Amino acid sequence: MDFNSLLKPIVSLGGLGLLFGSGLAVASRVFAVEVDPKVEQIRDALPGANCGACGYPGCDAFADGVAKGEAPANGCPVGGEEASSKIADIMGVDAGSSEKKVARVLCSGNNSKAKEKLEYTGIKDCKAAAMVQGGSKSCQFGCLGLGTCVDACNFDAIYIEDGIAKIDPEKCTSCGACLETCPKDVIGWVPYGQDVVVDCNSKDKGKEVKNGCSVGCIGCQLCVKACPFDAIEFEDNLAKINYDKCENCMLCAEKCPTNAIWANFENRKKAKIKEDDCIGCTICAKKCPVDAIEGEVKKVHKVDEEKCIGCGVCEEKCPKDAIEMK
Amino acid sequence: MEILKIAISAMLVNNFVLSRFLGICPFLGVSKKVETASGMGMAVAFVMTLASVITYIVQYAVLEPLGLAYLQTIAFILVIASLVQFVEMFIKKSSPSLYEALGVYLPLITTNCAVLGLTILNIQEEFNLIETIAHGIFASIGFSLAIILFAGIRERLAIADVPKSLEGAPIALITAGLMSIAFLGFAGLV
Repeated sequence: MDFNSLLKPIVSLGGLGLLFGSGLAVASRVFAVEVDPKVEQIRDALPGANCGACGYPGCDAFADGVAKGEAPANGCPVGGEEASSKIADIMGVDAGSSEKKVARVLCSGNNSKAKEKLEYTGIKDCKAAAMVQGGSKSCQFGCLGLGTCVDACNFDAIYIEDGIAKIDPEKCTSCGACLETCPKDVIGWVPYGQDVVVDCNSKDKGKEVKNGCSVGCIGCQLCVKACPFDAIEFEDNLAKINYDKCENCMLCAEKCPTNAIWANFENRKKAKIKEDDCIGCTICAKKCPVDAIEGEVKKVHKVDEEKCIGCGVCEEKCPKDAIEMK
Repeated sequence: MEILKIAISAMLVNNFVLSRFLGICPFLGVSKKVETASGMGMAVAFVMTLASVITYIVQYAVLEPLGLAYLQTIAFILVIASLVQFVEMFIKKSSPSLYEALGVYLPLITTNCAVLGLTILNIQEEFNLIETIAHGIFASIGFSLAIILFAGIRERLAIADVPKSLEGAPIALITAGLMSIAFLGFAGLV
């Protein structure tokens, strides 16, 4: 047996391997990139969906941004409180609380309520449909309901019901992919747990709205007058709720003649006065925006359940914590 | 003249993806968006050109003098794998932005048969060093051309009204087949 025929390939291939291997070893020293160990720790605390909701391209880039001090510790809306407190621990800063916001389709003009102006038979895609005369709905601001946002959502939070898209606030992770893709810009941010929302996006004048859709905001401003907290503003013929001021009393939704304001009446609370704790200071009666509390000085007060709108102002103002919302 | 012939042959007539059917994995895998497709194309171009030079040296300086031509495949894979690793480190250090742009596609090229195919073809065709380099450059341009064209088509397919049963991979394969037939039209040009 000729040992040369074995030796040669072993030595030459082994030599090549050794050469490249040591070359790489040297290269890894020469071209070593120092990575902040914090980046890796932060990366591990993130959900890893790479959705981009933080404004960075993926979780790695966000972790990098936090480690550099450019991004806030609570910048990840998907990870929520849990992730931000972990990151804050790693960075040694206060997390600060981030109020969760969820996406919502601001249109309730479903098949039975909004009129069609043409019959669309093209590609089942809102972007394509929007290019043909702005879509089939007679209201040019409404949801087309062809499901482009459903495809864009990575979390299965959107579904189509009766011709318009609906977003499940429980599943929504506030990543913003649907807002980005919607050609009608009919999706907006609403605080999680908000019980009153103007479900209309039409910036048309009242008459045009009325002609195209039975649940559109016609700009009558009845809601503005009804709101005890000055939380409703008007812009482009459309009511806008200032969520910072809104107390979810739902008065506006009751007054709205076209039901363009949606309210979760099931969640409506009533004020209850604990008779043992009430000292009859009359503060609650004075503060109540609908005069639903009556009572004489130094006597236990009573809430008129018919009138109470559950705004919670009295609960906040009561110096003895004698009022609770149920 | 010879170089021009190699250029047309490598880019169009014997397009690596559409005529030789090499590198089908990235062709189907990273062709959903034009942006990522062009990133992949760039990475492949980079590695292909460098690999063709180094394997040329390995072939004629090591393997042939020692009579070890039968070790070609394994030696070339060794070269390509280390080369990709090296290129990755180099780019990461010298140009982080390019590294970000290429992303995960860079290490994926290690096992890309288009690169190995190119280096072996170089030897089979008995190209000299200049021709080898030209072949590497134009073959990778051909690869980029195919993958970017395909990505452009797939972007439109994504919003087209494709029959339910053909959505996704099936329609992509049909499209790839049609593109390959289209490129058959170049046959006989060189």
